[in-house]
Amino acid sequence: MPDDQGHERTSIPFYRDVRVLAVITQVVFLAAVLLVLGWLLNNLLVNSAIRGITTSFSWLDLRAGFTPGESVIPYTVDDTYARALFVGLLNTIMVSVVGIFLATLIGLVFGVARLSSNWLVSKIALTYVEIFRNTPVLVQLLVIYFVIFLQMPRVQESIVLPLDMYLSQRGFYMPRPEVAENGVIWFVAVIVALIGFFGLWWYAGRREADGRPTLGLRWIASGVLIGLPLLVWLLIPGGPIAFENPELGTFNMSGGLRFSPEFAAMTVGLALFTAAFIAEVIRGGIQAVSKGQLEAARTIGLKEGEVLRLVILPQALRVIVPPLTSQYLNLIKNSSLALAIGFADVFNVSRTISEQTGQPVSVLLIVMAVYLIISLLTSVLMNFYNRMVQIHER
Amino acid sequence: MSASAQLPAPPQPVEEVQPPSTEVGVLGWLHHNLFNSKLNGLLTIVLGVVVLVVIIGLAQWMLFDARWGVITDNMRLFLVGRFPQEEIWRVWLALTLVSLASGLTAGSSSSGAVRMLATMLMAGQLMLAALILVSGLGLVAALALVAGAVVVLLAMLIAGRFRIRRLWTSLIWLAAAISGVLLLAGLGETSILPTVSTTVWGGLLLTMVLSVAGILLSFPLGVLLAVGRRSRLPVVRIVSTTYIELIRAVPLISILFMAQFLFPLVLPEGLRIDNVIRAIGGITLFSAAYVAENVRGGLQAIPAGQHEAAFAIGLRTWQTTVFIVLPQALRITIPANVGLFISLLKDTTLAYIIGLLEILGIGRAVLAQPEWLGTQFEVYFFVAAVFFVLSYTLSQASYRLEKELGIGER
Repeated sequence: MPDDQGHERTSIPFYRDVRVLAVITQVVFLAAVLLVLGWLLNNLLVNSAIRGITTSFSWLDLRAGFTPGESVIPYTVDDTYARALFVGLLNTIMVSVVGIFLATLIGLVFGVARLSSNWLVSKIALTYVEIFRNTPVLVQLLVIYFVIFLQMPRVQESIVLPLDMYLSQRGFYMPRPEVAENGVIWFVAVIVALIGFFGLWWYAGRREADGRPTLGLRWIASGVLIGLPLLVWLLIPGGPIAFENPELGTFNMSGGLRFSPEFAAMTVGLALFTAAFIAEVIRGGIQAVSKGQLEAARTIGLKEGEVLRLVILPQALRVIVPPLTSQYLNLIKNSSLALAIGFADVFNVSRTISEQTGQPVSVLLIVMAVYLIISLLTSVLMNFYNRMVQIHER
Repeated sequence: MSASAQLPAPPQPVEEVQPPSTEVGVLGWLHHNLFNSKLNGLLTIVLGVVVLVVIIGLAQWMLFDARWGVITDNMRLFLVGRFPQEEIWRVWLALTLVSLASGLTAGSSSSGAVRMLATMLMAGQLMLAALILVSGLGLVAALALVAGAVVVLLAMLIAGRFRIRRLWTSLIWLAAAISGVLLLAGLGETSILPTVSTTVWGGLLLTMVLSVAGILLSFPLGVLLAVGRRSRLPVVRIVSTTYIELIRAVPLISILFMAQFLFPLVLPEGLRIDNVIRAIGGITLFSAAYVAENVRGGLQAIPAGQHEAAFAIGLRTWQTTVFIVLPQALRITIPANVGLFISLLKDTTLAYIIGLLEILGIGRAVLAQPEWLGTQFEVYFFVAAVFFVLSYTLSQASYRLEKELGIGER
């Protein structure tokens, strides 16, 4: 059929048509993937049947008969495997949260120290970073647990730290804060002070944006934030928070808040390792802010604190947050190394369950799903924060 | 009357004023770098005292208190595990083959980073030879390692004279790798090279086998996944992305356990694979996802004009990918993949948890012997030092490579 220019139009054969080819390729690819997966699954089912392994999750409701080393919720030997896993999950979260907090703090200190004008300070920070980055985290954990925490003095000869804190083979003891009689009033006062502070601060910002004087509202706001809780604290006899101090008995400590040596080694070890990477991330972020920004900020008369808060940090955070997120995720995943020092995290608990029930496949699937969910949640949270610090272009 | 009388007096030579002694030389350096403010001065003094105390304490421990016997008496275990004594020459020979290939490559290469790596291999072998001499493991082993170092040097000099083409060095590497594996594993019970079961592989040897095999095997899979993730076909893209994200969300140790339990179950009945192969399989599946992300970064850095130009001269999609995009993308991902190799090297210590006797596993096994009670720090110090030397030097080479390739400067 000739078209309007008189050329003979030949139709493309279907085997050269990109649209058809795309569909065919995808169908073949999918079929191949499904075929391989199906073959593996079939082998799994056959082999499982031979060895008496089920792929069901019925073991979750069985009596566990063991106690994870430590638990933040009540747990007895008669509880189910599901509850044991939950205890492990809570321990994983505890270690991760405390570890991330410590790692960020240590990383911040060493990252800034790397940029210090003091040669000694920056070289110490560099040494720290190189040592911890270039040795395996597992070796670090083993050293911290076996060489440091387990070589602590016996509980009778505990190292006494200031503020009634004790360090020994049994772990780290500190006073346990408890809400005292009438203490609730103080917490209410704190909340009121916080609301008042943010309200006044926001109102001052509004006035400033409209070009009206702020009337020292920011000073008043700060006064409210500090003054109100302080006043109420003084009014309550004995203070709103009572501390239950750990007491050294004949054989053991009693009372107080205890962190096991395993927990302490996990948090300190993960924090020190991850902090070395975070220090480099923070150094890179600060160095990524061009020098002109610093000079311009000083030229328009900002004070040093304002230069840091208003100019350097907002720009550095944009560079810092994405790699920081992956460091946090690494720390969470590395918390599974608790297995090596016997801390009852979710992975360690799952190993015990797997050995007791003889169901390695379904136990592993659950644990991997747990890590998947934790990783996804952390990513979502950090991405949200990332969007907050990115440039909002109009 | 002479003209000279009216001339002004010749100018006095300008008196050279030296800068104050506190601004130059040692004093100036001290002033600028350590005592540039009162606070910094105080900090310097306090930290200086702390650093001195730590260094003196560590030196005292290393020289007088540490029982290094735990390392020297078990040096063979730390290096090769329970590899049979009479077959140990095969390990040294394999190492010499690698030395030969590295030397030839480095000599023909114009890259400073590659030459640096070969030099490091030479220095590493000399260091090992010294360790072996100290441990009384036998003069032969030490000489074999010195020979390996000499081979690197000679190969570098020879290849420097007659630049060997890349095709040949690639073939030499392939031959070295295949004969290396055959040397280590053996050809069968009755042959000249009796089989050495992987169950007796251990120590530094196993650490290197796990990490090198892991990165090499995961590389092709990772490249495929990266290309798949960038594909225009949604099904291919979704499958690749799912694999990469699933693997990256879970810890390596869970993959290693999965390899331990699931591999025997998903393979047909009767096909048995040993522990070391399972671990290598797990490490491969794991690092492929990370290789894929590195390569994806490289692919994204290739400008769209490259695709369009390739398309314009009539190349098909697969031809564009294989001949135009990938060669450029892979080149710029080399430093990132060296970084991945470094972290993989350190992560092979996790294999100790699933019962392999790589260098950390050997260390733990040695500590379990009653005679070496209380030598924990010596053992961990040695293991950490081995990893530090490997990891630090590799990262320096990677840094240099990054500069040579001009990454981050465009």
